[in-house]
Amino acid sequence: MDHQPPPFFKRGPAPLALLSFYAALSLALLVVDARLHTLDVLRRTLSVLTHPLQQAAQTPAQVIGNAAGYFSSIAMLVDENTRIKRSQTDRSATLLRTQQLEAENGRLRRLLGIKERQPAIGLATRILYAARDPFSRRIVVDKGQQEGIVAGQPVADDAGIVGQVTRVFPFVAEVTLITDKDQAVPVQIVRNGLRSVVFGLGAGQLELRYMPANADVQNDDLLVTSGLDGIFLPGFPVAKVVHIERDASYSFARITCTPVAGVENFGEVMVLALPEADALPESLVKDSSGEADKAGEKSARNKKKRLKRDG
Amino acid sequence: MQPTFSSSRILLPVRPWFIALSVLAALSLNYLPTSNWPGLPDWVALTLIFWSVRESRRVGMGWGFILGLAMDVADASLLGQHALAYVFASYGASSLARRILWFPLGQQALHIFPLLLLVQLVQFGVRTLAGAEFPGIGFFVGPFVATALWLPLTYLLLLPQYQPVVRDVNRPI
Repeated sequence: MDHQPPPFFKRGPAPLALLSFYAALSLALLVVDARLHTLDVLRRTLSVLTHPLQQAAQTPAQVIGNAAGYFSSIAMLVDENTRIKRSQTDRSATLLRTQQLEAENGRLRRLLGIKERQPAIGLATRILYAARDPFSRRIVVDKGQQEGIVAGQPVADDAGIVGQVTRVFPFVAEVTLITDKDQAVPVQIVRNGLRSVVFGLGAGQLELRYMPANADVQNDDLLVTSGLDGIFLPGFPVAKVVHIERDASYSFARITCTPVAGVENFGEVMVLALPEADALPESLVKDSSGEADKAGEKSARNKKKRLKRDG
Repeated sequence: MQPTFSSSRILLPVRPWFIALSVLAALSLNYLPTSNWPGLPDWVALTLIFWSVRESRRVGMGWGFILGLAMDVADASLLGQHALAYVFASYGASSLARRILWFPLGQQALHIFPLLLLVQLVQFGVRTLAGAEFPGIGFFVGPFVATALWLPLTYLLLLPQYQPVVRDVNRPI
């Protein structure tokens, strides 16, 4: 038996006990956050405390950036202005025709009884910084809950889709880029309308998975959103095919793409509003709800029976 | 060779507000937009380990946990990832504290290096289990830089304690 002398100083619980307590707490947080995704309220609350410090840390970089902008020469601004004006004139003809075409398209669609395409409504935001986490591709933009941003909204820049809002804080929002390993975008090929899903690869590239080895895909094919998921509006450019590897020993082709939008750039991005969900026809709603009820009752009855039998 | 207690100089007691201030400064350094450049040290881990070694009765795993949560919220990472790593590092630092302080600063830094590497390895393990990609070798460069910073950091953070005690003219001795 080892008899320990009583401690001279109050030291609280033993270090090993404390370690187990805190490690268990962190592990619980990790599992709940990774699997159940129910800690957003805690995250938001804590972010209110850390946000001022983060803002303060961002300030010097912003000041330097602003100063650099202030001292940028007038010549450059004039140059940019002429360039923008020229491109505006160049595009105005196309734009005017597009408006006319859109109106005509809407009329024809109404004639055919197909639902009209929804217009894209967006909120311009500025990218504050890339998130520090080296394991994922995320950026933080300067608008959040206060401006009505919700998780799931697509984010685009002037060239195409950049990513999707995944977390919303009171004043900022976190956008997962399309090159992130966990991000998938449903797309279709413009040339032939072939539908697929494009996944991020992490290193600034994307991959078109589960395409059969003989699929009609060519280099330089443009992929646009197909809109089948009800989140990304159809028709936004996403990526361009750069490399196709067809190996007879695999059933799928390895197709690598690069994003069209300036995914790794800094600047302004648009947070697009979520499209309204198409309402189901009433007959379907009634039928399915009735069936669901019946099915629910049935399963409950079965459960009771099973419980009785087991008991 | 018998190691000697090289930091035997009698220091003033540490002021709690100075610990809090240094930790806040480390947090803001980590929040800087440049902190995702490869090779930049994890300032919070370094400061936490420093205070866990120096003042293991004041700064411990509780601080590690709270600082870890603060980092997790600001960083777009899993909640608990930094917390777990910092708690382990703080435990290691405070249990090695009595041993480490007997060595000269250069050798102290060699003791600190495994702890800093542990912080990165725990985070790497957690994220890989959750299905993240490999972050690149730059992720493991930070601990080397942080180890090199141990010596200047020790002088910087102990500076307020090096001040001479105010001389009292009425003292008899």
